[in-house]
Amino acid sequence: MRKSKPSYIRKEYAWAYLFVAAPVLGFLIFGVAPLLYSAWLSFTSWDLVTPPEFVGFDNYIEVFHDEKVYKSLFNTVFMMLGIPIGMIVALLLAIMMNRPLKGISFLRTIYYLPVISPIIAVSLLWQWILNQDFGLLNQTMWSWFGIEGPNWLGDANWIKPSMILMGVWGGVGGTMVLYLAGLQSISSSYYEAAEVDGASAFQKLRLITIPLLTNIHFFVIVMGVIGAFQSFSQIYVLAGDGGPEYSAATVVFYIFENAFKYFNMGYASSVAWVLGIIIFIVTLLQFRLSKKWVYND
Amino acid sequence: MQQKRITNLWVALILCIGSIIMLAPFVWTISTSLKDQRNVFEIPPKWIPDPATFKNYVTAWNDSPLLSGFMNSMIIVVFVLVIGIFVSTMAAYAFAKIEFPFKDAIFLSLLGTMMIPFSVVMIPQFIGFSSINWTDTLLPLIVPGLFGNIVVIFFLRQYLAGGLPNELVEAAKLDGSGFFRTFWTIALPVAKPAIAAQAALSFMGIWNDFMGPLIYLSSPQKQTIQVLIASMQSQYMGSSNYPVILAASIISMVPVILVFFFCQRYFIESMAISGLKG
Repeated sequence: MRKSKPSYIRKEYAWAYLFVAAPVLGFLIFGVAPLLYSAWLSFTSWDLVTPPEFVGFDNYIEVFHDEKVYKSLFNTVFMMLGIPIGMIVALLLAIMMNRPLKGISFLRTIYYLPVISPIIAVSLLWQWILNQDFGLLNQTMWSWFGIEGPNWLGDANWIKPSMILMGVWGGVGGTMVLYLAGLQSISSSYYEAAEVDGASAFQKLRLITIPLLTNIHFFVIVMGVIGAFQSFSQIYVLAGDGGPEYSAATVVFYIFENAFKYFNMGYASSVAWVLGIIIFIVTLLQFRLSKKWVYND
Repeated sequence: MQQKRITNLWVALILCIGSIIMLAPFVWTISTSLKDQRNVFEIPPKWIPDPATFKNYVTAWNDSPLLSGFMNSMIIVVFVLVIGIFVSTMAAYAFAKIEFPFKDAIFLSLLGTMMIPFSVVMIPQFIGFSSINWTDTLLPLIVPGLFGNIVVIFFLRQYLAGGLPNELVEAAKLDGSGFFRTFWTIALPVAKPAIAAQAALSFMGIWNDFMGPLIYLSSPQKQTIQVLIASMQSQYMGSSNYPVILAASIISMVPVILVFFFCQRYFIESMAISGLKG
């Protein structure tokens, strides 16, 4: 088999390599090289002005003693509460949307609209809605129910729920579409059989619908967690200084501040690596655990 | 049957109430953007502006370089979409239909890039681009996109693997069609719907991107529309001029909403498909 390949095959190889050359180059230039560079940077102290100085593990040691790292990590994880809330709402919506109603595609479009809207515009819009004195939310609560609303964005206890509220509103349409696709792939024979056995609507939901959608639950959770770990833009707009008592800052926001506000390039890189490793481990863990609960047929 | 109809009625009612909640923030934004600044802080809030005025849109448009923001975003979108998606389709075709050594290894390492969080590579990328004096130009936002995108490649590969029969490729070869011509005349047309879907999705992604442009672009004339309206925030929120900033946000939404309405079918389908198979 060590004979050289016929020339037309070698020619085809050459073409194939040419076809994949661009992404491979891109992968090396914009993926691998920055990754290596960033790893090296994380062991240096560098303000972009004076030459970088190798400091060994100092940055990493500092990361573990840095209160703001813990705080921003806690904020980031706390805001992941929006994932299960969004999933429940999206699933209920999808089940309702799965009925043959008139104008259903129009309704779907409405729920999907926030998903495609620029996050900056959405954040600005919510900034106005959540305004303590004149915002739509507090105004409505006051005039309808006589409830005095909190200072959503100015109170350390309320800014994270505000972010979750905004996130659920903005993301529920996307999750709903995924669930809708999943629901349409469930064979109706399951439900017919359950009906023969006299199952209630809730039993059908709990015993058929929810279990048969596990691959979608899994996808939504994994992507949601990765996305939440990387959230930045809405924090930048709604809490430009990290919020009251730094209570809204996410890890990426902290990295951004260190790198592009204080020019601590080395330290920012080590925080980024710690975050990257956390994301990697959490994702890996989710895949491991998925074997216990995700059905694949 | 009767009961089913009643349930449907309830469901429709709930969905309509829900859709009001989804729409209210948008409607409220439009309403505010049409108000005179003096009437913005009226209590109780009025949904229909009286008097309604478009002057906030004019102010937003004239006071900041929104037009150049539009153009900058557009330039990035056009280059990255046209070249990036073409390059991605070429790679997808090779991965789907051609056998070559190390194919799987190469494909898997490309997929591996999806695992790298942007926050890890953004600092070295910024340093790299600033060392060749590309900061405050659109190049750092365009050039990486020209090398194709692995998500697009993955999606198109799946599509071509299933949708383009090997026999067709073989037949074209036997007819003496060269490699590139087979790609151009057979694979590309087959992949058209998938390409449209990915182009629509990429458009959104690029148009709505914020962090990249924020890092690279500093002078207002170079900024994309997203960075521009975010920076207007400090200018107008400070003076509590919500109408102008909301008018600007609405302007920034127009292109995505237009693309969405024209490509809606592709969007929702490809969202669902890439979600399920990704």
